[in-house]
Amino acid sequence: MSAPSDTVSAGSARTTRLVIYTLLLVLAAIYLLPLYVMLTTSFKSLAEIRGGDMLALPRDPSLDSWFKAWGEACIGVTCEGIKGYFWNSIKMVVPAVLISTVLGALNGYVLTKWRFPGHKLVFGLMLFACFIPFQAVLIPMARVLGIFGMANTTSGLVFVHVVYGLGFTTLFFRNYYEAFPDELIKAAMMDGAGFFKIFWRILLPSSGPIIVVTVIYQFTNIWNDFLFGVSFSSGAESPMTVALNNLVSSSTGVKEYNVDMAAAVFAALPTLFVYIVAGRYFVRGLMAGAVKG
Amino acid sequence: MSFLEIKNLSKKIGNNEVLKNINIELEKGGFLVLVGPSGCGKSTLLNAVAGLMPLTSGEIIVDGQVINDLHPSKRDIAMVFQSYALYPNMTVEENIGFALEMRGVEKAERAEAIRNVAKVLQIEHLLDRRPSQLSGGQRQRVAMGRALVRQPRVFLFDEPLSNLDAKLRVEMRAEIKSLHHNTDATIIYVTHDQIEAMTLATKIVVLKEGAIQQVGTPAEIYNRPANLFVADFMGSPAMNMLKGKIVSTSGVRQISIFDGSAVVAIPSSVTTDLVEGREVILGLRPEGITDSGLVDPTADAIARIDADVVLVEPTGSDTFVTARLQGTTFTARVRADVTIAPKERFTFVFNLDKAVVFDPTSGERLL
Repeated sequence: MSAPSDTVSAGSARTTRLVIYTLLLVLAAIYLLPLYVMLTTSFKSLAEIRGGDMLALPRDPSLDSWFKAWGEACIGVTCEGIKGYFWNSIKMVVPAVLISTVLGALNGYVLTKWRFPGHKLVFGLMLFACFIPFQAVLIPMARVLGIFGMANTTSGLVFVHVVYGLGFTTLFFRNYYEAFPDELIKAAMMDGAGFFKIFWRILLPSSGPIIVVTVIYQFTNIWNDFLFGVSFSSGAESPMTVALNNLVSSSTGVKEYNVDMAAAVFAALPTLFVYIVAGRYFVRGLMAGAVKG
Repeated sequence: MSFLEIKNLSKKIGNNEVLKNINIELEKGGFLVLVGPSGCGKSTLLNAVAGLMPLTSGEIIVDGQVINDLHPSKRDIAMVFQSYALYPNMTVEENIGFALEMRGVEKAERAEAIRNVAKVLQIEHLLDRRPSQLSGGQRQRVAMGRALVRQPRVFLFDEPLSNLDAKLRVEMRAEIKSLHHNTDATIIYVTHDQIEAMTLATKIVVLKEGAIQQVGTPAEIYNRPANLFVADFMGSPAMNMLKGKIVSTSGVRQISIFDGSAVVAIPSSVTTDLVEGREVILGLRPEGITDSGLVDPTADAIARIDADVVLVEPTGSDTFVTARLQGTTFTARVRADVTIAPKERFTFVFNLDKAVVFDPTSGERLL
């Protein structure tokens, strides 16, 4: 293993390293620049923003625009800020993520451990659901929601997101359980555990990493979704993303960039939170699998 | 009456018949070893008994009860898997107690049963650990504990020692044997290792391509193999198969081997009348061909044959010698202190009391 050090001197290795790190730092700065502008702008007053120096730090930082965005900003004709819509999104995303994850896990369990004739076809069709563009299903879905009496309701949005998340969650769990030893299922069967007991006691406790992956994926997708939100809800039932759009586009005279920016940060907070909290378990889960056990 | 009975069992997967009309009987407390090369259907048969795989036809009877259609958990059969199949998220204690928990056994009673089993297997100090914190041998013990704690009617072992290193395998083999003695359990054990089969079994079933080749005690299988396959599969180094022909010298029928360079008596294991000129295969295990110092003094029929030594393999306790005569090679087992070197001419003693004779076309042993 000493061959590389014979041909590359310590000095040139250090230079390479320096170049790499400089490049990475510059790229990271460019990547983070929009976030920086958003945050600084949200703390500035309107007068300062009009001054034109976008990259300057706020001279007199204040939380006014944050409070306004949360509780007073006008969206459409009501001026109660984005807080109602924020809760709408929470009420939509939590059940949608939970239901689609649980169903995905069950699907994966059945498709790998309780195979039935035609299981490949069923999985193929579920996989196909991942490739259907959302735009293609808007009108049929609106019709279905109308028939079910769920048009313009949060539960309607939950339903839509569960249906469209299932393909992905099933794929995740199926591939994870595919590698799960069949002998464990056989052993549990002989020990007298039934279908759900095996799932609950043997499979789920070993599914930590894939649950985290699925939850992160589903949470980000559903929280950030705009198309379904704008198509299947309106007014006070809208989720956060739609409200943010309405806030930015409905101007009453002056364009309040600081309020818009604060609202945008609010909209981004939950996904950030999920990444920071769950991301750690995600990495830990990957590491646990990497070490021979 | 036999305790476990498998009757006319067949299993088809697609058009492929993986088990062909299997008939086995085992008495209570018996130790049945299913042995055969990989892909012979031995694990399939075990899974069928466990109820993890449906049968195409036939019956499995335990203690007078047909269990074909019973769910695996209702058969009162426990299985030790090749991979041990320990539940990774549970401690050793929870692993062992899981079956009892599923059967609704009271917590106190459960703890008592787990303690007893742990004591027998000497894993009391491991009860709080998780499977990932155990060594291979310890996992093996836990897997056995999980089966033992249920006190089932039949134990199934699916190649339980194949994941252990050589030394541990011998240790665990002895332990399984003493466990069988102490508990009087009825066991079906699958292995491809013929030494495991010989040492553990009270009854061996040799399988090949889904069909039973021979059923018998270890001694029967070893000394009187039913056909060429069994003879070749059991025993290491393998049995010598020497082409021979029946000749008649002064009215006495004998077998001429090594292209006529040696003539030996017909072994006593054959009672059929062999006509002159008939082709046969003479089977003789390496320990039946020795140096003159190792000859069994009680042997009735022996033959001394000179051959060229090709290869010498000392194992410490004895030495295996490969020799050649008239283009046919054979393996002999000689004492470790005999000085012998390749290219030498050496006099081997063939003990024909230990020999068996096969029909070269059917491969069956001639009785």
